[in-house]
Amino acid sequence: MDFISILSIFVMACFVGYYVVWSVTPALHTPLMAVTNAISSVIIVGALVAAAESVAPTAKWLGLIAVVFASINIFGGFAVTERMLAMYKKKERK
Amino acid sequence: MEHAAASSADFWVPFAYLVAGVLFILALRGLSSPATSRRGNRMGMVGMAIAVATTLFTHDVVSLPEILGAVAVGGVIGFITARRIAMTDMPQLVAAFHSLVGLAAVLVGAAAYLNPAAFGILDTLTNEIHNASRIELGLGVAIGAITFSGSVIAFLKLNGNMSGKPILLPARHVINLGTLVAILGLIAWYFLLPAPSVAAPWLIWVVIGLSFAIGFLLIIPIGGADMPVVVSMLNSYSGWAAAAMGFTLHNTAMIITGALVGSSGAILSYIMCKAMNRGFLSVIAGGFGADAGPAGGGEAKEQRPWKRGSAEDAAFLMKQADSVIIVPGYGMAVSQAQHALREMGDLLKKEGVSVKYAIHPVAGRMPGHMNVLLAEANVSYDEVFELEDINSEFGQADVAFVIGANDVTNPAAKTDKSSPIYGMPILDVANAKSVLFVKRSMGGVGYAGVDNDVFYMDNTMMLLADAKKMVEDIVKSLAH
Repeated sequence: MDFISILSIFVMACFVGYYVVWSVTPALHTPLMAVTNAISSVIIVGALVAAAESVAPTAKWLGLIAVVFASINIFGGFAVTERMLAMYKKKERK
Repeated sequence: MEHAAASSADFWVPFAYLVAGVLFILALRGLSSPATSRRGNRMGMVGMAIAVATTLFTHDVVSLPEILGAVAVGGVIGFITARRIAMTDMPQLVAAFHSLVGLAAVLVGAAAYLNPAAFGILDTLTNEIHNASRIELGLGVAIGAITFSGSVIAFLKLNGNMSGKPILLPARHVINLGTLVAILGLIAWYFLLPAPSVAAPWLIWVVIGLSFAIGFLLIIPIGGADMPVVVSMLNSYSGWAAAAMGFTLHNTAMIITGALVGSSGAILSYIMCKAMNRGFLSVIAGGFGADAGPAGGGEAKEQRPWKRGSAEDAAFLMKQADSVIIVPGYGMAVSQAQHALREMGDLLKKEGVSVKYAIHPVAGRMPGHMNVLLAEANVSYDEVFELEDINSEFGQADVAFVIGANDVTNPAAKTDKSSPIYGMPILDVANAKSVLFVKRSMGGVGYAGVDNDVFYMDNTMMLLADAKKMVEDIVKSLAH
């Protein structure tokens, strides 16, 4: 992919982000932070690329450590979001 | 993606990352209502699984056992932490998670620098990293490092390991600006160098080091009350770091996610700043709460008369009321009073009293902090209202029950031009027929260091005690 197509995706995604995030209800702003945290750990993709190769041992180890950190975030972030969201309940009418 | 030889892989691999990116958008979209939010979260999980699986399938993975081990170790730590963490500690947890994203970005950047061929950023003619990739790499590690050290400080402040008071270094603005200029200058130099690996192999490490330092320097002067802005801002940075790495790797999933998270954090920072009527730059400059000082109402406040009430008085007053609006703040979180509070609400409802909760956007230490705590205590979310939706109702309410919130109810924000919180939108508790104000003592006056006129109104009763203890006592006297 050339730079300009990547830049286009980035700019469009910023706009999508802008509108999507404004539509998030303020009551869910804490889960929003937790889940954005989890998805920003997609950086694990880069960590996996580094860890997959054995040509450069230092790079591989840096990659593996990054995989650990990103995994903490992915599992922790999604799990804590799930836990929080499960708490939001509507009143049961008697 | 260089490894994918077949032409079908050339299509399917970017397509899979695109699907992952779209699923992440849908994950955030789900949060527009609590009813759809859990489905959204699951979509996020699926998106992440697709991104990880695609990466593993399309690379010649020689170290699969190590990788799976690393995922397992991280996964178990993350999962257990998520299960065990108390809801009141969410701000710390989020700060800690941000720091990990930042650190991961730095590590990935360093790995890409050491093994550029694996990332497809090596110019095969010169055997140097592509020029464009150098600038992306430089920015990625810089933002990642700032996110890391800034979040560590935010974590220490939120967790109480470090004082919430602003720490002001002399000439900090000069130091900070100088460091920032140095970082950008070094990245620009790295970009312009024809052969950086020969000329300056130390460049990238200096960029990382300086970025760690600036992240630290930027956050230490910022006080506890501004933490909602800081946490949101670091959230935004972690997104931009991921986006920069996405540019390096030409990976759409990372770019889309980075843009989403980056704008999300930026919007939250904006909402928080607006809710405090402060400019973003003035928050970043720091020192709020230290400069303000008690000079204004400091002496006069002790002499003014105020009324002290007991739990029994409060219970009696609320039992007689038709409507009660509860205003929770950070004090409720600190004393973990949310469960007792919900019990109090239930008992009042049994007496036929209408009970609602009013949330100020900056109540607590992160956006939406109060909502999560009330949800934890089983308060249904249709009883919880945002500032603009409920503020007009205080005029008709019999009792405003303020628990651990001070600055967000202070009428000085409307009347006193010299007040540091002037212009901040507030909850008009003073308009209620009577105000019950739960507070630990008359001494502390909120983070802004301003006295609150509501304490001294004729229709205000001060309930001086630990928030949880006071609410439990009220529950006891309501029960019989």
